[in-house]
Amino acid sequence: MEGLKRGGAAIVGVAESDLGQVADGLSVIDLMAQGTGRALDDCGLSLKDVDGLFSATTQVRLSVLALAEYLGINPSFLGSTIVGGSSFEYHVAHAMGAIALGLCNVAVIAYGSTQRSVGRKQASVREVNPYETPFKPFLPSSAYALAASRHMHEFGTTREQLAAVAVAAREWALLNPAAWEKKPLTIEGVLSSRMVSYPFTVRDCCLVTDGGGAIVVTSAERAKSLKKPPAYVLGCGQSVTHANISNMPDLTVTGALAAGKAAYKMARLGPSDVDAIELYDAFTINTILFLEDLGFCKKGEGGAFVSGGRIAPKGGLAVNTNGGGLSYCHPGMYGLFLLIEAVRQLRGECGARQVKDCQVALAHGNGGVLSSQATVILGTQAAL
Amino acid sequence: MPSNRDTPLKTYLDHLARGELAYQFSPAAGRAVFYPRVLCPFTGSDRLEWRISKGLGTVHATTVVHPAEGKPFNVALVDCDEGFRLMSRVEDIPPEQVRIGQRVRFRVHQPDGEEPPYPVFTPVRSA
Repeated sequence: MEGLKRGGAAIVGVAESDLGQVADGLSVIDLMAQGTGRALDDCGLSLKDVDGLFSATTQVRLSVLALAEYLGINPSFLGSTIVGGSSFEYHVAHAMGAIALGLCNVAVIAYGSTQRSVGRKQASVREVNPYETPFKPFLPSSAYALAASRHMHEFGTTREQLAAVAVAAREWALLNPAAWEKKPLTIEGVLSSRMVSYPFTVRDCCLVTDGGGAIVVTSAERAKSLKKPPAYVLGCGQSVTHANISNMPDLTVTGALAAGKAAYKMARLGPSDVDAIELYDAFTINTILFLEDLGFCKKGEGGAFVSGGRIAPKGGLAVNTNGGGLSYCHPGMYGLFLLIEAVRQLRGECGARQVKDCQVALAHGNGGVLSSQATVILGTQAAL
Repeated sequence: MPSNRDTPLKTYLDHLARGELAYQFSPAAGRAVFYPRVLCPFTGSDRLEWRISKGLGTVHATTVVHPAEGKPFNVALVDCDEGFRLMSRVEDIPPEQVRIGQRVRFRVHQPDGEEPPYPVFTPVRSA
């Protein structure tokens, strides 16, 4: 993004809160605070260092106030941009800008959701849209299914190719002890699962879990003296193309195209420089669309590209190495977990799923119904 | 700006109640605007004219929703010939037989009870 300095800030602490199905009565803000405490421990900072606070959740209307109160802090800079699952990628750019301007120096970005415990309808109340609601689309699934139908029509993408995305995510998840799903999955298993909104079965759709976490962002200068190697923010980009699927300009081209271009430009890098690719896989079509729009393959070729295990653990391209929203965790706004995994890959903390010699990682967030796209490119000291 | 009595939604629904699919046209942009609004998204002008669609269109995207209870049903995006797109459903054929590129014709659906009318489509029979 114009105005932000490549490598000017870094993510220095990351942590998940409890995930999956959390203890009865644990609140969204409990989860945010848990993530905050763990992320501060991760970098060796404490609450008294925090002067920037960002949060997003669908369950607490003024969440950043609730979190500041809970933590007993009065941060000089607050941010609560909420654009769906990509909110946290937006927060990184905003925190970076605030740090560059001296508005804050240590920013915590937090998320929490108890959607599995309280039910999806409670966790995310749907607004009535008089131009869509009468047709009872099962949202968000049906919106993504409409996009998938168009991709299948224009490019010949098949249900088997969509299923290959879910199978690859599952194989990565089996290497991640924190992942919700613990059993193998096959293409046939995806296709024969309960149909939700054609062409998607329940296995083409992200999980419904609880969860949360936090990350800590600070200036590159301050990052140098902290506990773990910094993950420098090399590039950021954002794009909003619509809010409702009936207004998406082109159902087969997402705002990831523009977001990615901006992030690559700022990072002075391209797709071939990226070692670990973390994409918001709310549905199997997402991974295909984003691989295309972010330049990892040509438009229309994503279906063939993901086939044959190409994005699975031994496939050559490391995509969604934590198991993704499809198999690791999806509390409703998954974007924060992309950043957490990208940072851990750059630090070499990922055990069985570690990408070899990982110097550059890309986290791409998606919000709404392919509506708000945001790319963050992170790198190690060597990539600076 | 339109008065409160003539909101974009009310004007649209009043047309539907008369059996018409109405949309807006922006003279400054020279193109259709849908959903109806108070400001043209292409130019920022508040000059938007109401027009009545001929009611013919083409299926742009389609899905079949499988609800937890009840029968599967169609949800589609339809491109009307006047150059606007809307969400709707195609009726009179099984939902899985709705095809992208299929020509469709508008009709009004009046739900039971208090719900306002909404536009649905049916396949255009080839001559």
